[in-house]
Amino acid sequence: MAGKTHSSAEHEHFPWKHVVGFILSIVLTILAFWIAIGAEIGSSAKLWIIFGFAFIQAFLQLFMFMHMTESENGTVQVGNTLFGLFCAIIFVIGSVWIFAAHYSHGENSKDGYSPSAPKQSEHSEK
Amino acid sequence: MGHNDSSYANAPLEYQSETGRLNILGFWIFLGAEIVLFSTLFATYFVLHGRTAGGVLPAELFDMKLVLIMTFLLLVSSFTCGIAVHEMRRGSTKGVVIWTILTLLLGAGFVGFEIFEFFHYVHEGASIHTSAYWSAFFVLLGTHGLHVSIGIFWITGVLFQIKKRGLTPQTAAKIFISSLYWHFLDVVWIFIFTAVYLIGLGGLL
Amino acid sequence: MHLKWDEFFVTGDPLILGAQISIALTSIAIVFVLTYFKKWKWLWKEWLTSVDHKKLGIMYILAAVIMFFRGGVDGLMMRAQLALPNNTFLDSNHYNEIFTTHGTIMILFMAMPFLIGLINVVVPLQIGARDVAFPYLNNLSFWTFMVGAMLFNISFVIGGSPSAGWTSYMPLAGNDFSPGPGQNYYLLGLQIAGIGTLMTGINFMVTILKMRTKGMTLMRMPMFTWTTLITSVIIVFAFPVLTVALALMTFDRLFGSAFFTLEAGGMPMLWANLFWIWGHPEVYIVILPAFGIFSEIFATFSRKQLFGYKAMVVSIVAISVLSFLVWVHHFFTMGNSAAVNSFFSITTMAISVPTGVKIFNWLFTMYRGRISFTSPMLWALGFIPNFVIGGVTGVMLAMAAADYQYHNTYFLVSHFHYVLIAGTVFACFAGLVFWYPKMFGYKLNERIGKWFFWVFMIGFNICFFPQYFLGLQGMPRRIYTYGPEDGWTALNFISTIGAFMMGVGFIILCYNIYYSWRHAKREVSGDSWGEGRTLDWATSSAIPPHYNFAALPEVTTPDAFHHWKQNNVDVHPEKEFKKIHMPHNSGRPLIMSAFFGLGAFGLVFEWYWIGVIGLIGVFATMILRSFEYDDGYYIPVEEVIETEKKNKEAQK
Repeated sequence: MAGKTHSSAEHEHFPWKHVVGFILSIVLTILAFWIAIGAEIGSSAKLWIIFGFAFIQAFLQLFMFMHMTESENGTVQVGNTLFGLFCAIIFVIGSVWIFAAHYSHGENSKDGYSPSAPKQSEHSEK
Repeated sequence: MGHNDSSYANAPLEYQSETGRLNILGFWIFLGAEIVLFSTLFATYFVLHGRTAGGVLPAELFDMKLVLIMTFLLLVSSFTCGIAVHEMRRGSTKGVVIWTILTLLLGAGFVGFEIFEFFHYVHEGASIHTSAYWSAFFVLLGTHGLHVSIGIFWITGVLFQIKKRGLTPQTAAKIFISSLYWHFLDVVWIFIFTAVYLIGLGGLL
Repeated sequence: MHLKWDEFFVTGDPLILGAQISIALTSIAIVFVLTYFKKWKWLWKEWLTSVDHKKLGIMYILAAVIMFFRGGVDGLMMRAQLALPNNTFLDSNHYNEIFTTHGTIMILFMAMPFLIGLINVVVPLQIGARDVAFPYLNNLSFWTFMVGAMLFNISFVIGGSPSAGWTSYMPLAGNDFSPGPGQNYYLLGLQIAGIGTLMTGINFMVTILKMRTKGMTLMRMPMFTWTTLITSVIIVFAFPVLTVALALMTFDRLFGSAFFTLEAGGMPMLWANLFWIWGHPEVYIVILPAFGIFSEIFATFSRKQLFGYKAMVVSIVAISVLSFLVWVHHFFTMGNSAAVNSFFSITTMAISVPTGVKIFNWLFTMYRGRISFTSPMLWALGFIPNFVIGGVTGVMLAMAAADYQYHNTYFLVSHFHYVLIAGTVFACFAGLVFWYPKMFGYKLNERIGKWFFWVFMIGFNICFFPQYFLGLQGMPRRIYTYGPEDGWTALNFISTIGAFMMGVGFIILCYNIYYSWRHAKREVSGDSWGEGRTLDWATSSAIPPHYNFAALPEVTTPDAFHHWKQNNVDVHPEKEFKKIHMPHNSGRPLIMSAFFGLGAFGLVFEWYWIGVIGLIGVFATMILRSFEYDDGYYIPVEEVIETEKKNKEAQK
């Protein structure tokens, strides 16, 4: 009934999972910074890489620190988190995709200005 | 009520009461909801990215050193939090208290730097009113920072209960659940520094 | 916000003045009656602080019925205004306020609490449990709903109603076009009620996953429990989106941010996007429990096991996943690219398939069954053709190119009323009648109940069927009047007659409730209809004892109670009863919710110091809860034995 948990006796040893997870996280963080700011590759590639690193680090935390698979509820916990991630990806990518069509129109271009419209004087303070 | 607690005698302390087991599962489900909450803020951020209405740009204000400091503070605090739970499973009340206090100090440091960062940006003309982009920035980061701040108060409260009652199935479950919350906030920060700061500093979008 | 007293209280409209006076008089009357009969302590102890799922469920349903009255009156006023061209019953602004409160109340403060109320009463019984996983949280869910609902409802007499529609699009809902407190009531009332709903979702997910009785595997659960589980999953993953969307609009209105504004780079359409990312799953939240209710009723009154159990489960899981992939169909005409519209058009059409599967399964359940035409069964039979009409018009709307003609016309209005009323509302009525004896120990009168069904269902069709044609003839929605030259008069007039017939139906329901309370025979058996198949009908008395089951049942099949009856298994065997652990009542959730309400009321009027006080109160009650180690109490075994013995005697 206790499922995949381990007894307190097993915790007498050195917390390897935590140290390894921690070091990997630091490495991934530093690598991500270096690639984003220092590397000489295209923006698109950089985006894929840094987000890839982010997801890897997230899973490191989930499995190694948060004991997500542990206990009789492990499957539910994993499934729940995966569905959350599924929804997250749909909402973010879906929203960006939907609004991509609107960016191409003049008034909705990136800085909120239409090139042909007269420049307004004060726009910053509401 | 429900299953016989004696079949959990070999499980970690936080799983040894039915309330503890139910609360832990319930909290994981709540974290699923929090994933969606933050993803909505991220979706908003990406849609409003670049809409600075002719005002100050993020690349002009973002400071890599500050971001690295904040990231490491939170990352180390996630590690110390993990060790605190490890100590709890070793049965060491003293270990739990020490490593948890370390976690909270690091978290407080993170919040302190973030407040400083926000004041600095506002001073430079980037506030929640300035443009859609900055509204999205402050609400995304602010929501995360608020979660961290609430966590600090919550975990402090739990520490008082540990001091009073020691490690019991109930107090152990509270420490475990608050640790899940804390790790989760570090996971969110990983995505924040990637999506906000790395993209901003690297000019990737 | 600087208000004069005649702006704080809404003035200048006789209807609203009448409502203000009625509210004041009714409140005084309630206080007087409770004081005169010395019932305050009883009310507090037995109901307001109860953590018992059966009592919370009844309170939810009572609130929902009252909200149905308000939302219904809103609807009748709209129909009265539209019955004739150039009518002067309501001016344009008042009309806008009424369709806003009509929609918001019917979906969020009528349908949701009605279904959640039925879920609360029934699901723990169906899984053979004593209560939900988190009874204290359950009480908090109820009070946050109540406070959110009361806050929203008070708007039309204090400060002014919101008037931007239940969908509250920007920039209309912003400060420029909707100044004043009205829209803030919408944002804060829904925010508070939404918190409670999210907690309900978590509560029932854990309850159903962890507290099923011995032998009840997932595939042996009653279908209503399955739909509750899946609905809870949708709630957990959809409601946080609403939380964020409402918060962002609140920031725009109160703190000057620029998320959805016309200036400073804001994007009004982003509101629509976020609202519907929540809004579409929301409509599945209100329809899946309805499907579950009808599944129980079809099986029970066909005296036959539900056909295609596995297919039913697969289809509701498919519906829940797809429900997160269709939201753009609510704004096909907002300028999305063809690729976006095509993708969401396809997913929208796809989601009709699993629902179609379910319709066939219900029909096959009835086929070769022995059908009894009780009033719950009548509602279920009425649901099939009427909901299908709503569903197929939905597939018509799903075609993005065609939707450019239908969008925001009365065609759309008719579609969603067909699916919502024939689906959700019929199910609420059916569930109320079906489980009424479980809640109150007697049935509603069947003869009066059948009148209710026929009057309401016929009235519903007379009201909404013409509206399809009005839409095809070009009548837009949300207009407060039209000209005689439009040619819409006849159908509008007929539609209004149907609406008032539904009103008459509602009066018949209220009369039935009163009549049955006076005259209905009180029952003793837990198997009120004699045909119960699931554990909710296996209780030792009509209204279950406080602890539900003296000994938790052990099941080996689906439709466990039916199986026991067929095989002469003793439903209440002489067992070694033990003392039963129960949670204590608590008044703290009510107090926490009151602080939520106080703080929100302050924010509505931009009186921030009141908002801060409310926030402090909320956190203080949370901290007190954290430090509380109360572990409930035990019902002594003698009391359990005594109660069970009495129940058994009464049935002889």
